[in-house]
Amino acid sequence: MSDVTITITDREGVVHEVQAPTDMAMNIMELCRAYELAPDGTIGVCGGMAMCASCQCYILNDVEIPEMGPDEDAMLSEAFNVKPNSRLGCQIPITPELEGLALELAPE
Amino acid sequence: MITTDILIIGAGPTGLFAVFEAGLLKLKCHIIDALPQIGGQLSELYPKKPIFDIPGYPSVLAGDLVHNLMEQIKQFQPGFTLNEKAETIKKLEDGTFIVTTNKGTEHHAKAVAIAGGLGSFEPRKPIIESIEFYEDKGVEYFVKDPELFRDKKIVIAGGGDSALDWSVFLADVASEVTLVHRRNEFRGALDSVEKVQELKKQGKIRLVTPAEVTGIRGDEHVEELDIEIDGAHSTIKTDYFIPLFGLTPKLGAIAHWGLEIEKNAIKVNNALDYQTNIEGIYAIGDINTYPGKLKLILCGFHEATLMCQSVFNKLNPGKKYVLKYTTVSGVDGFDGTRKEAEKQVVKAID
Repeated sequence: MSDVTITITDREGVVHEVQAPTDMAMNIMELCRAYELAPDGTIGVCGGMAMCASCQCYILNDVEIPEMGPDEDAMLSEAFNVKPNSRLGCQIPITPELEGLALELAPE
Repeated sequence: MITTDILIIGAGPTGLFAVFEAGLLKLKCHIIDALPQIGGQLSELYPKKPIFDIPGYPSVLAGDLVHNLMEQIKQFQPGFTLNEKAETIKKLEDGTFIVTTNKGTEHHAKAVAIAGGLGSFEPRKPIIESIEFYEDKGVEYFVKDPELFRDKKIVIAGGGDSALDWSVFLADVASEVTLVHRRNEFRGALDSVEKVQELKKQGKIRLVTPAEVTGIRGDEHVEELDIEIDGAHSTIKTDYFIPLFGLTPKLGAIAHWGLEIEKNAIKVNNALDYQTNIEGIYAIGDINTYPGKLKLILCGFHEATLMCQSVFNKLNPGKKYVLKYTTVSGVDGFDGTRKEAEKQVVKAID
């Protein structure tokens, strides 16, 4: 399966265009860790269970992403720096539909 | 002063299992943890979730794994200093260490094993200007002593289990309990939500949703909070503000112990024994890093085992020893108990 291209702005404001595999059951949080876009211990702290919001990101364009589930919704209700376009990276699986997605990592 | 052979910092699965491996080598362990309970992330973050990659367990709940580890090590009578953070470390001339916690508890150990996971769990602080000024002056991130709030007005913020549970508990202690949450829905356990609902009906808890605390006022102590309720500004008089937004791990004081740190983790020698750059201090489990490191519980168990062998060899130079198999030699606890395989009965056939 082919990769998709995703544009990620890190917490320092640096823009990275990265290739994301669609066949490794990865999510956006794991993609950021794989490319080391945020230091270990500052992203994906709970391992991807929608329990810490350390992978919160802002979706910057209208590429369609899966709807928010109740766990993610509840976690964001307690997170800080939340905006209307906030999502948890760990809850967005990398699929071919994400081609062209642009997002920004929320502050730590 | 607490004295022990190996002082383990962190009561997660790796730290707990280290007690067992140390015990087989007749080494005593004492564990410090910042949380009030053992288990680390497994107890704090996901006790009811299954883990599928513990060898021999097709599936085990995180909380059950902690329980089983405790059962496995109890023969070796580990000591615990819970709810305290390891703050300072001093290496004595004889190569032993004194580790002191934030509450002043001193521990004297022959070796130190840092098994701190992602670090010690600290409260997530809401982004409110001047909140740090009011810490210990009316802002409390934990309910350490409920009596502090006896007959006081309190405001709790948050939407998870701890916000709900403490609202319920403190409804009978404080003179006034207000629970503020950004949404109308809460994500706590259903019975906690129902209890809050019931206490709200009885007028014992005031629920303010969808709302957010945005400011704190008071001369030398919290007196009043600014609250945005559904976009409108309001204020509420209170004696205490208790934000309960969960915990986040921080490396904390350990970062200043002179250890080599890389990517928020402690560099260790993985070719040998997971020792750090300071002789006698080891780092095992999620808190260490080395080429090829994998943050898995099963890797932590392996690292704990090698660390214990290394400590034994250092403390007993020249002593002849070979690795024992528990099936063959059994397990002798420090409590006088012995576990051993059943002896085979040798009987002649007539």
